[in-house]
Amino acid sequence: MTSTANPLLNVENLSKVYEGRQSLANRLAGVQPFSVRAVNDVSFHVERGEVLGLIGESGCGKSTLGRAVLRLHEPTAGRVRFDGEDVTALSAGALKDMRRRMQIVFQDPYASLNPRSTVADIVGLPLRLHGLARTGAEVREKVARILERVGLNAAHLDRYPHQFSGGQRQRIGIARALISHPEFIVCDEPVSALDVSIQAQIIQLLLELKDEMGLTYLFISHDISVIGYLSDRVAVMYLGEIVEMGPTDDVLARPRHPYTQSLMSAVPDVDAPGKHQRVRLAGELPSPLDPPKGCKFHTRCPLAIDACKREAPVSEQVAPGHQVACHRLAEDLSVWETGAEAGTR
Amino acid sequence: MSHNENLLEVDGLRTVFDTSEGMVRAVDGVDVTVRRGECLGVVGESGSGKSVTFSSVMGLVRSPGRIESGSIRFEGRDLTRLSPREMRAIRGRDISMTMQDALTALNPALTVGEQLSEMLDAHDEDLPARGGARRRAIRDKSVEMLRLVGIPSPDSRLDQYPHEFSGGMRQRIMIAIALAPGPKLLIADEPTTALDVTIQAQVLELISEIRARLGMSVVLITHDLGVVAEHCDRVMVMYAGQVVEEGATVDVISNPQHPYTRGLLGSIPRLSLRGKPIRPIQGQVPNLVGLPPQCRFYSRCPDRTEACLQFVEMRNVGSDRRARCIALTQEEVA
Ligand SMILES: Nc1ncnc2c1ncn2[C@@H]1O[C@H](COP(=O)(O)OP(=O)(O)OP(=O)(O)O)[C@@H](O)[C@H]1O
Ligand SMILES: Nc1ncnc2c1ncn2[C@@H]1O[C@H](COP(=O)(O)OP(=O)(O)O)[C@@H](O)[C@H]1O
Ligand code: SF4
Ligand code: SF4
Ligand SMILES: [Mg+2]
Ligand SMILES: [Mg+2]
Repeated sequence: MTSTANPLLNVENLSKVYEGRQSLANRLAGVQPFSVRAVNDVSFHVERGEVLGLIGESGCGKSTLGRAVLRLHEPTAGRVRFDGEDVTALSAGALKDMRRRMQIVFQDPYASLNPRSTVADIVGLPLRLHGLARTGAEVREKVARILERVGLNAAHLDRYPHQFSGGQRQRIGIARALISHPEFIVCDEPVSALDVSIQAQIIQLLLELKDEMGLTYLFISHDISVIGYLSDRVAVMYLGEIVEMGPTDDVLARPRHPYTQSLMSAVPDVDAPGKHQRVRLAGELPSPLDPPKGCKFHTRCPLAIDACKREAPVSEQVAPGHQVACHRLAEDLSVWETGAEAGTR
Repeated sequence: MSHNENLLEVDGLRTVFDTSEGMVRAVDGVDVTVRRGECLGVVGESGSGKSVTFSSVMGLVRSPGRIESGSIRFEGRDLTRLSPREMRAIRGRDISMTMQDALTALNPALTVGEQLSEMLDAHDEDLPARGGARRRAIRDKSVEMLRLVGIPSPDSRLDQYPHEFSGGMRQRIMIAIALAPGPKLLIADEPTTALDVTIQAQVLELISEIRARLGMSVVLITHDLGVVAEHCDRVMVMYAGQVVEEGATVDVISNPQHPYTRGLLGSIPRLSLRGKPIRPIQGQVPNLVGLPPQCRFYSRCPDRTEACLQFVEMRNVGSDRRARCIALTQEEVA
């Protein structure tokens, strides 16, 4: 899907910096407070009815981006437009109304539900918050209906989160996100903590609900097969930046960024084991407290050249709707042709 | 099959936990064979008994758990009959296990170097007998082990504590400690589950490399069938405390016999399946307290019939293939 004039979500140059608070002792000692640029100048859009998959390794800034879009974390810079309206400029009251239309399902089904609230209270909260039900009885009735839809039932209304399995808790989280009839949902790794058979159940449920309710998803995952299965377009993130983005078939069948290629080659494939020559990336994700200069991937990139250490590459279009940020794009190389061990330490 | 070929033979293992809700039959009649030099994959959802099975092999089941019955033969010796002291000698020297959670499994109060030294001091028989020469040899060997598992500047990192390393590095340090005495069998319990794919690939390749180099056997516990496909010669599928299918990895993955194995394979999302529905297994893993003696997959099985409401045994379903399903016909054993 290429950009239309009026995408549901449009994100422009979004950044989020976490500033550490400084203790008096540190200030006296002249220690610099930490600051993490978790999301750095990210732009993308999501079309109505589309699933945009966001993939990247732990700590690269996926959750931060998802939350900044909803202003659950206040962005440091940049703009988010939802259905044409500037979310970043909304007053607290207007933002509250907007939240009815934009929801989130969280990563951890164990931590994201209040252990002292019943299912009826947890799932019913958005109804109360947005004045969508007049009486307690109406809340219960609406909650029961949505519980049925996500594979639970009215008998679960008065139970507490600890009485449910991980998969059931994730269903509760989905019910809470859906009950206000939103148009857009950030799914932040909703299946990562689950066993594969339960993961498949939840993926199936999310896709059915999307069709039924006409939803649009920003779907975050670190699992390429999950993203490959359910997203229309995919964005690949590394250390706070989107390094490649485009139609899923295009990006996953013909990844152009060395990092996307390395990710693809690292995924064990149950259907074709040993299909790709392995690219063994040296080292780990660098500390976001002290990210590399130039291209942030240069410390691990098998194709890095001197220019990569000095200058950050800008995103270029390689096919319709398919963008990549890499200095060596024109040479059309791929990491598995080099055979070299990665990294220019 | 000669005894020589099999390094480890577990027969009819039952491990139970006495809990307030009743007796949890975590491992209920499990047989395992690990051949010399092979990598055996063990897959199954959480709670299927993978960790308890191999903690039992290691003699590490603690109260309220206990091994109720079964034998565990390592190079022909029954480990269940050894004294705690004899077992300690085997653990580490002959069999090592890396635990699922590297941060809690490493001792937070000791440096990485101290933990490596302890292992080497207890088990390495090639070291000088005592004194400074022994200490230096241990230090050198420790550095060598960290280098082997790809920790940069191992000399200086020896004096750091576990929390100063990232998740991937901690897993590699655990592997270094497990490998230090040169075991014949390495049991790796979900060594990569908490890691990113690029780091997972590093750790798994490391294990494969060392296995080939040292000719050791590996048991790789995981819930990722892709990992099994890439790294294991044979695979054992566990469900609710029992083995439900076993065989060469290629056979099991290309032609699964048990409905649960089929369900697991069908649950994996794939790029190639885009736009088509996946067929998840319905329901969830049963509670292991007070299970009726029927097929344990009954409540979720798409193929169940009344005939399945009885105890179902493992049966031979091909050369070197076994599965636990009544719908499969037992093949004559040659
Ligand atoms: N509240 C916070 N204060 C300070 N730093 C934070 C905070 N939240 C996240 N970070 C840092 O921001 C970076 C991005 O974190 P984020 O949680 O967005 O990553 P992620 O991609 O979602 O990772 P995962 O896959 O592990 O969920 C990390 O370096 C993290 O340590
Ligand atoms: N210390 C314990 N006390 C009670 N039950 C336990 C204990 N350890 C494990 N179990 C139970 O044994 C079963 C198998 O657990 P485990 O071997 O850890 O599963 P897996 O490794 O396959 O995820 C589970 O039902 C688990 O709850
Ligand atoms: S810009 Fe350089 S370091 Fe960055 S991905 Fe491209 S080749 Fe690698
Ligand atoms: S024995 Fe019956 S219920 Fe069990 S797996 Fe086979 S067909 Fe299914
Ligand atoms: Mg996250
Ligand atoms: Mg386990």
